[in-house]
Amino acid sequence: MATKLVKGNTAVVIGALYAGADCYFGYPITPASEVLQEASKYFPMVGRKFLQAESEEASINMCYGAASAGHRVFTASSGPGISLMSEAISYCAGAQLPVVLVDVMRAGPGLGNIGPEQGDYNQVVKGGGHGNYHSIVLAPNSVQEMCDFTMQAFELAFKWRTPTFVLADGTLGQMMESLTLPEKAIEPTLAKDWAVAGTAETRPNLVTSIFLDFDQLEKFNYELQEKYAKIEAEEARWEEYKTEDADTVLVAYGICSRIAKSAVDLAREAGKKVGLLRPKTLFPFPKARLMELANGQVKRFVSVEMSNGQMRDDIKLAIDCKVPVDLVYRLGGNLLHIDQIMAAL
Amino acid sequence: MSEKIIKTTGLYKSFPRKGGAAKTATHYCPGCGHGVLHKLIGEALHDLEIQDSAVMISPVGCSVFAYYYFDCGNIQVAHGRAPAVATGVSRATDKVVISYQGDGDLASIGLNETMQAANRGEKIAVFFVNNTVYGMTGGQMAPTTLVGEKTVTCPNGRDPMTQGYPVHMCELISTLKAPVFVERVALTDPAHIRQARTVIRKAPQNQKEGKGYTFVEVLSACPTNLKMSTVDTNKWVNEVMTKEYPLGNFRDNTAEAAEIVRAKSDFSKEALDKLFGAGKGDEKAASGEELPDVQVKIAGFGGQGVLSLGTMIAQAGLSVGRNVSWYPSYGPEQRGGTSNCSVTLATHAIGSPVIYRPDLLVAMNRPSLEKFKNDVKPGGVIVYDAIMGEVEMPAGIKGIAVPAQQLADEAGNPKGANTVMFGVIAALGVTRLPDVAFRNALANSFAKKPQLIPVNEKLLDFVRDWAKKNA
Repeated sequence: MATKLVKGNTAVVIGALYAGADCYFGYPITPASEVLQEASKYFPMVGRKFLQAESEEASINMCYGAASAGHRVFTASSGPGISLMSEAISYCAGAQLPVVLVDVMRAGPGLGNIGPEQGDYNQVVKGGGHGNYHSIVLAPNSVQEMCDFTMQAFELAFKWRTPTFVLADGTLGQMMESLTLPEKAIEPTLAKDWAVAGTAETRPNLVTSIFLDFDQLEKFNYELQEKYAKIEAEEARWEEYKTEDADTVLVAYGICSRIAKSAVDLAREAGKKVGLLRPKTLFPFPKARLMELANGQVKRFVSVEMSNGQMRDDIKLAIDCKVPVDLVYRLGGNLLHIDQIMAAL
Repeated sequence: MSEKIIKTTGLYKSFPRKGGAAKTATHYCPGCGHGVLHKLIGEALHDLEIQDSAVMISPVGCSVFAYYYFDCGNIQVAHGRAPAVATGVSRATDKVVISYQGDGDLASIGLNETMQAANRGEKIAVFFVNNTVYGMTGGQMAPTTLVGEKTVTCPNGRDPMTQGYPVHMCELISTLKAPVFVERVALTDPAHIRQARTVIRKAPQNQKEGKGYTFVEVLSACPTNLKMSTVDTNKWVNEVMTKEYPLGNFRDNTAEAAEIVRAKSDFSKEALDKLFGAGKGDEKAASGEELPDVQVKIAGFGGQGVLSLGTMIAQAGLSVGRNVSWYPSYGPEQRGGTSNCSVTLATHAIGSPVIYRPDLLVAMNRPSLEKFKNDVKPGGVIVYDAIMGEVEMPAGIKGIAVPAQQLADEAGNPKGANTVMFGVIAALGVTRLPDVAFRNALANSFAKKPQLIPVNEKLLDFVRDWAKKNA
């Protein structure tokens, strides 16, 4: 098994290629640009298609096109670019297209700066564009997971025919760690039942999100909600650390979860019963497990995030405010410090 | 009366996607040009035998429902984005891709996508229906509305002083090098329709032959929004609109255009493993004893090799089975300013990759040294370039001034100043890595220039001897 020292952004491209991604369409933005650069280098080397688009709007719509044709396609960007893509992400949800997106979050709002933040949580996890939809959202916390979760994102996107995000941040995109290359490579097959691929068998197919009739659109929306309910029931993924006897449970995803894990160890050394629940999926959010913990011995949750309590709201909803949910956070491009967490314990 | 009715081809026999009672009637208004254009394109798809391989992109506008009619693969897309979607389909499938758009869609909200796809010479055909108004939304001013023409959003007529002048798409697109074919036609009367028919067939024909970007602008009547009879609207198009938008060919490179050929995707694991060097080098050794984390900070000016020195240390750790993380300052700081990176070497999972209290600081310039020297852990080490002169060390910190350039020159390797720093770090033992780790990293770093490995290994030995005496 070979291991490589690579950046998180490079790991995304490696994961996508092993997942059978056929096309990459993207636009430069710090701190996600290496995804574009590495794709421009590696995609053509195996005959895959790469194009630097004229804008984020164009790149996501190119993705819409390639995904309509049933091909595995992805793009990567950061907050301002994801904002521009939101229209088309809504179209992808409405047309039920399996587009994969990677958001390497930077600090906002507006132009903000290029430091790491998790302020795109609501935008990405709640939908972001118009209409009643969700994207599946995976949250890696290492370079290895940047690769592995990108592979999983393609599987989930096609399984559920819905846009799927890998939600990372500037730290995960820019840092290098060892990466073990994937053990399998996916050879995609054409979804003949819905794709519009310019072939005889897909000629009758139509990709669209327009339903002129109100009742038809309502019916379609109910079907979408059923799909999201199934996704919530089947796909929630998380990891726990020392929660068995914990009275305080930190909840953190992405880079914050690594800092929080170190904090758990420090707190345990000081005799405090602290644990960590780390969501690996943000939609679906591990609601049921959080409720179990709230009904058990847990007296308090602490949301550890680099956003203004955006995830804390989801924890409160998940546990129906049964126990207090405190917030430890940092904004503006500054990485959260372990001392902040310790002060809250 | 016996009238010859030409059989419609390339369109569905009836239109169940449309719904409603009239299964074979379109949703277009009487006198509208879309119906005629649909027929002509359908006929071309049929005659060219490309209905199986064609993908029609419906935009937002009156032709949003083009998929009711065209008997081929259909995709409906967002307002103005059809050329981008068409690009995606074309790049992925290499099939016949047609973007069908109106004037608001193509020349206003989608102007960027239009021009960029044209400029790339994208292998797509674009049909542009110009009727000078937004039809679907109720007759608002379009980018192509004529000066003085009244619409619901320029009720006193388009005033160029406030609303600018009509946009000429054929003229704009033919300023670009890549488009293969650009022509403007009209669908106002049988003579014009006959002329248009030949041109309209050219667009899918070019796509069938892989010939690149083809643009056909179609002047079309919109009696409903122009609030005139069909006869009067067509007369207006012929007599008034064509003065602003002259008919004719703007570009025809069809004969000399080469076929665009796309690569074939290779999805094999073998190809990827080869690409990423699976199975050679970088083997992760079995992890041994538990050791405390070692945290290294390297800082200097951008361009001093700060990030690559950090990478080499991380690579050294990786080569002997350590968990490693490397985290850079990134973005504007790289350009002319200061640059730094954090490297952590550990025998267990690494928490935060950002380092606040390094065991080792390598400072390549004085500002970096001053900025970070007080962060170094008690008992830690600071390695800095001797060129900085006298430096006051914080209490309990060992400082090592390295005459990097001088040592590199003495060893006969004047370009090896960074290898000197690397060698000092190796010799200090603060990283808790064995000597072989540094040799592995050196070999990896010069993998593309293996002839430089021996001379740099020699330098490493030379520096170790220096460090024994001086550090």
